[in-house]
Parts: sequence; C-alpha cells; structure tokens
Amino acid sequence: MSAAMKNDNIVVRSLAQIGDCALFLLRMLAAVPRSMRHWRETVRQLWFVGAMSLIIIMVCGLFVGMVLGLQLYDVLSIFGGTSATGTVVAIAIYRELGPVVTALLFAGRAGTSVTAEIGLMRATDQIAAMEMMAVDPIAYVAVPRFLAGVIAMPLLACVFCALGIFGGHLVGVSWLGIDNGTFWSNMTATVEVVKDVINGVIWKSVVFGIVVSLIAVFQGYTTPPTSEGVAYATTRTVVASSIAILALDFVLTAFLM
Amino acid sequence: MTDSVSAKPDDSALVRVRGLTTVLNGKKVFDALDIDIPRGKITAIMGPSGTGKTTLLKHITGQMRGDAGEVWVDGHNVPKLSREKLFELRERIGYLFQNSALLTDYDVFENVAFPLRQHTDLPEVLIRNIVLTKLQAVGLRGAAGLMPTELSGGMARRVALARAIVFDPMLILYDEPFVGLDPIALNQVLKLIRTLNETLGITSVLVAHELEAIKQVADHIYLIANGKVVAQGDPKTIADDGSPWTRQFFGGDADGPVPFQYPAGDLGQALGFPGSGA
Repeated sequence: MSAAMKNDNIVVRSLAQIGDCALFLLRMLAAVPRSMRHWRETVRQLWFVGAMSLIIIMVCGLFVGMVLGLQLYDVLSIFGGTSATGTVVAIAIYRELGPVVTALLFAGRAGTSVTAEIGLMRATDQIAAMEMMAVDPIAYVAVPRFLAGVIAMPLLACVFCALGIFGGHLVGVSWLGIDNGTFWSNMTATVEVVKDVINGVIWKSVVFGIVVSLIAVFQGYTTPPTSEGVAYATTRTVVASSIAILALDFVLTAFLM
Repeated sequence: MTDSVSAKPDDSALVRVRGLTTVLNGKKVFDALDIDIPRGKITAIMGPSGTGKTTLLKHITGQMRGDAGEVWVDGHNVPKLSREKLFELRERIGYLFQNSALLTDYDVFENVAFPLRQHTDLPEVLIRNIVLTKLQAVGLRGAAGLMPTELSGGMARRVALARAIVFDPMLILYDEPFVGLDPIALNQVLKLIRTLNETLGITSVLVAHELEAIKQVADHIYLIANGKVVAQGDPKTIADDGSPWTRQFFGGDADGPVPFQYPAGDLGQALGFPGSGA
C-alpha cells in the first residue's frame, strides 16, 4: 500500500486511489497485445459478464419501459397528448435510462462478481501461482475481464433499450389503446440516430463499460487477501461505479447534446 | 537495468544466497543470510514457524526482494532481472504452494495442463499424455475430471505437485509438501521427490517440519532461526548435532534459544492478579 493510501485524510486517500486506478489502466492497456494470446479467456469472460447478465437486463428493461409508458400516458392524457407516449418513452430510454440503468445493473451483477472472483483468486494464491508459472496475471486475468465488460456493455444497453421500448408499446398500445401506427410513426419521426442512438446509447455505454470494468477489476486486483477485504472491495465496486456512472452521465450529456 | 545473466565461475550451487538481509514490518527476517543449494540434490530448509522459510523461497523466485544481499539462481542475479528475464527463469522452476493454489475455474486435468498450454504449442494428444503421466505419478489420474472443490487437501497438494513438475523443471521448490497427506500418499510423494531427483537430476528445495520424512529424502538440511543458518549438514549429522538449536527444534522443547511465547508482558498483570507487575 502506498504512503498516500495510508493517509487518514479521505480526500488524499481518494485521490491516491484514483491515481492508482489510472496507473492500473495503463498497465492493462500495455498488456492488451499480450492478452491476445488468451483470446479464448476473453470470450469465456464475455459469456460470464455479458450473456449471463442478459436475463436481468431484459427483465429490467421491459419493466422500466412498461412503467414509463404507464406514467407518461397518465401525464400526457391531461394535455390530450397520449400519441406522444412512444416518442417520449424512446427518447427517455435512448438518452438516459438505457445506458444509465444498464450500467448500474451491470455494476451490481457483473462488476461485483468480477471483483469477488479476482479478490478470491488473490486470497487463495491463484494470482501468485500464475506469476510463478510465468503467466502474466494482468494479461490473463485482468485484461480479458476488462475487455469483456467494455464489449458487453453497449450490447446489453441495446438489448435494454429494445426491451424498454417493447415494454412501453405493450402498455401504451396493447393495454391503454394508443394507435399502433401513431406510436411507431411519432417515435421514428422524432428519434435521431446520431444524437439519440449513437451518442445517447452507444458512446455513453462504451464509456460506462470502461469505467465499471476498470473499477471492478482494479478493486479485485488490489483487495487485501482476506474475507473482509473481498467484502469491502465488492461494496466499493458498487458504490464507486454508481457514483462514477451518474457523474459521468451528466458530463457526457452536457458534451453530447 | 542490468540483467546480470552471466553465470558465476563456480556454479556447482544452483541457488546461491549471499548476505541476504530482509526487514518486514520492522522485523529483521534475514540477517546477512548465506545459503548454497547444490545442483541435483535435495535440500531441506527447516526452522521454527515465522522464521522466514517461505519468504526465502519467495526471494529465490523473485516474488520478493531483500533490503541487501544477492540471490543467484543458475547464474542469474534474481533481484536484478527484468520481468521478462524473470519469467524466462520461472519457466524452469516448479513451485508447490503451501495452500496448493489450484485454479478453481479449471478441473484437475486443465490445472496440470495450464503451464503447457501457456508456454507451448504442443498438440492436444501430447498435452494429454504428459498430463496423464504426471497425474499417474501422483496417483490421481482417475481424478482428472474433478474440480478443485471436490478434492481433499491432500489430493489438492498432489495435483499442485503434478502441475509443478509438468515441465520437468531444473529446480522445484516445495513449500510444506507433506501437510495433509495420509501415510500412503506421504510415502508415494517422498518416492516421487526422490525419483525426480535421481532420474532427471532435478534440484529440489523442501520447506517442511516433518523431520522423519525429511530424513528419508533430503541430502542436506539447513536449520534457520533468528534470520541466520544456525545448523546445517546431512540428516544424520544434524539430528546428532548437540547444539541448543537442534536439541530444542528436533526435541520440541518450549525452553531454548527459540522462544515459544510471542513477546508479551507479565501474565499475572494481564490477568489482573493483585500484586502483579507495576
């Protein structure tokens, strides 16, 4: 542990941790070419953090879209504007809820499991064993999990958005009786591919994927090799990721609008 | 950075530790320690708990660096090696961890195959043959499909041993290899260590406390205490050595140069007895 990390001042400690995290990112980026040898491991991790997160992302996306459709219909009916329900559902999901909620769910589901797994690997000397077998654990353990998270996040955000809009359609059209043609035509006329889909969903979720995966891998890799250390590390992953996602969302929105 | 890969003129010792001094958390673990591990021999490192036996293995493998002194392995000054050179050296060293350190995501077969897959492009059939041969040697060929969580402690250590020898390394470091082994497995592991040494000329370093087992297999024993070598010699010599260190360590006495109690204040005072202490 560095001298700065031992400092009691929370500001100094936090800054030191951000610095360590940035250096860890550089180490991972430098190890990316070496990790190409372990591409199968990246695919395996993509399955664990991506495919295994699909169910929770789909279910949450569906319900977020449904509740959004219900609330918007209720409010818009006051002004006789229920035909705009599809448009507002789509814009809200594309620009904010899709990438942000997906990232929060991803941090809770995949981020914590990555942190706990790497932390336990450290606690049980598996990381040290790899070092002793002349296998670079950054290239074999950290980079595949990081890359898998960065690749999986935008894909999961797209799935979330699709299910969210489907949920809005289910409530608005199938349940509350909004005209199907109006729902879709208003939405397609208003939603812009670059502004709402590329900037709103793809770019944001790529950035969130980098941040959440980096925090998860870093926390796991640097955790003290004890049960308590692993428990704290998983908690820190969720807390730090959530704050980072919401703060970055504001910054990215301001730049991309 | 100097890699210092030139071999020393006299390299009869595969591992040569000179003046190693290490301070951890304010405690001097090694105090100008000198040790030679001869090539092709089995050397045991013994000593009281917490005396730095595992730490010494970490120095030999470059996992730790001392505050002063040199650690030479096969002519390479380990603390001065670059990461790439250190990894090249480690490919020729097998290491058996105290807690086995098996990769929990993989089954027994894949754990043993792991170093081969990482460092070679051998065909699958050859990898399979090598792995099954090593597992047969430790008596666990039938357990190839089991996951590490399905193994007992002793079985896990034998799998870790198979993994450590899968490359037929020049040097094997065994950290407490006999813990958790039943008498049958213990006997077979002892035979395996001796066979590896005799047939392949592999140099072995054993860190262990089991004197009877060590007597059967070791060519040379170092007894370490207080950061220095306090006794050394072949098993018979060291067992008959009448020094206070060997008498206490091999006799298991609480009284002697090695304190059984961790430094503490007066017991009566700690228990609150009237009239105790100040």
